[in-house]
Amino acid sequence: MALLDVENLTIEFPTRRGTLRAIDGVSFAIDPGEVLGVVGESGAGKSLTGAAIIGLLEPPGRVAGGRIMLDGKRIDDLSQERMRAIRGRQIGAIFQDPLTTLNPLYSIGRQLVETIQTHLGLSDRDARARAIKWLEDVGIPAARQRIDAYPHEFSGGMRQRVVIALALCAEPRLLIADEPTTALDVSIQAQIIALLKRITREHGTAVMLVTHDMGVIAETADRVAVMYAGRIAEIGPVRDVVKTPAHPYSEGLMGSIPSLEHRVERLRQIDGAMPRLTAIPAGCAFNPRCPAVFDRCRTERPELLPAGATRAACWLHAGGR
Amino acid sequence: MFAFIIARLFQAVPVLLAVAAISFAMFAYVGDPVSQMLGQDYTEAQRIALVKALGLDQPFWVQYGRFVWAALHGEFGLSFRLAKPVGGLILERMPATMELALVAAVLALSVGVPMGVYTGIKRNGLLSRVFMVLSLIGVSLPTFLIGILLILVFAVLLGWLPSFGRGTLVQIGGWSTGLLTLSGLKALILPAVTLGMFQMTLIMRLVRAEMLEVLRSDYIKFARARGLSQRAIHFGHALRNTLVPVITVVGLQLGGLLAFSIVTETVFQWPGMGLLLIQSIAVADIPVMSTYLLLISVLFVTINLVVDLLYYAVDPRLRIGRGGRH
Repeated sequence: MALLDVENLTIEFPTRRGTLRAIDGVSFAIDPGEVLGVVGESGAGKSLTGAAIIGLLEPPGRVAGGRIMLDGKRIDDLSQERMRAIRGRQIGAIFQDPLTTLNPLYSIGRQLVETIQTHLGLSDRDARARAIKWLEDVGIPAARQRIDAYPHEFSGGMRQRVVIALALCAEPRLLIADEPTTALDVSIQAQIIALLKRITREHGTAVMLVTHDMGVIAETADRVAVMYAGRIAEIGPVRDVVKTPAHPYSEGLMGSIPSLEHRVERLRQIDGAMPRLTAIPAGCAFNPRCPAVFDRCRTERPELLPAGATRAACWLHAGGR
Repeated sequence: MFAFIIARLFQAVPVLLAVAAISFAMFAYVGDPVSQMLGQDYTEAQRIALVKALGLDQPFWVQYGRFVWAALHGEFGLSFRLAKPVGGLILERMPATMELALVAAVLALSVGVPMGVYTGIKRNGLLSRVFMVLSLIGVSLPTFLIGILLILVFAVLLGWLPSFGRGTLVQIGGWSTGLLTLSGLKALILPAVTLGMFQMTLIMRLVRAEMLEVLRSDYIKFARARGLSQRAIHFGHALRNTLVPVITVVGLQLGGLLAFSIVTETVFQWPGMGLLLIQSIAVADIPVMSTYLLLISVLFVTINLVVDLLYYAVDPRLRIGRGGRH
């Protein structure tokens, strides 16, 4: 059984000029221990989906339809208090900027200990011992001495290690990593990704890795979901989506990655920009930018259809034009 | 830390000397104490003798030096009006003002901070809106009007609380306190509420604005994502991050409460320093006025030092290079 099962998730923002649908019928599943990469341009709804899963949508945004199941139990309709007990304990989260994610006024040890005690109810001494072990685990040198240091005494990369320890210290089964390396130096990015891979494999943690960096996905994920304008454009095993993308949008994304192996004269780019939520075109949302567009795309919206090893929301795979 | 305190005390010296110069200038150039002391009929010889006796024929800087020297020894001259040593007069009045200001400050903090936190968390709640409207009244109504309204309701119409004075006092050493008797406490309520009202609403609005800011921050979002309790998030993580600006304002306001409780003291005939000051101003009692000025500057310097020390206690980022690295 899947660890996380998102079915037909819809997120809406009521505004003065009508309701905006930011996420529209998104479905996917993550198995225990699996890494699902979620890619897409800014505003495609990647982070919003993650926020909905941990129940931290910023009002006025709200889940307007669909279900989120964790371990076969529905979690999107839980009370604040019951959802709080799930956050940290069953679903952990990491955010983009490690410089602003830690409370500047408390030592990292205190922040770790309070998280551990909230969920695991350990004594002060046991919680502290566990905190030190986690800091060692995520590669903080001299953890025993550094545990009482404050966030400003660490570099950005070190802080992201602390954030990872904080997100995982109550041993959640699912980690939502929202652009965990975007704010870091390129040289540090690789270290953090390697750390995330190692530590989630060791603990059997499933990961939903949200990023716009295809390189990170290709290296880390088992499967990948490509999002476009609040919907999933294509989802499937990472090798297939990268090598033989079935959706013209995925194809465009892959074409824009520089390759070390093949000589490419010019990187491809997708003309135009993603539509705003107020002006999503009829039919397939990608149709105004699509190089393979035909009549049906402009009138009818495609659902995810089997396309080789992946599934793609594209009429090209409906069996003949 | 100790070195920091010493350094700050040295920085305070020029400030205090400047204030002393101003308050001395009041002595030297406002009004003519000689003619006031001589009265209507006097001879030129008597006048010259008095000028010599008072040392007023000396150059300015000699007079200023004597003034500072005397002030350092706690001598501030005689009040023109009461013909008593000014130092003693002010000391006698100080407990009344101190008690009033501290009770008002405690009241303002203990009500203002929780109300600020509440209205920050439940931004759109009904109670929050009520608090916000009430606070608008508190901020905009002048102190004397609040005082008079409170007297009208609680002293005149209901007759629950006295409308003036400090009630029965208890002497502890040189300190006369009204905090130990029922009538003293009852007498304190109305003036303290009047004096603290503005500060309370100010603190509430400040804490609210800061809370709204902090609750949007990434570390609060991350604290939520870690599943911490609401209580830990709001009072542990959020409130502490709002404290630096709150401490700044409260520090300045406390100085203001002590220095400018004049209106409240006048409305309630509260025998404190403010009432002494306003009575002295009315008859141009320069020694009292200039001594008061000096005292207030010392108070502000002290409060600012305490505020700086509190910053260090609250925010570890400021401790680098001062308290030593961890």
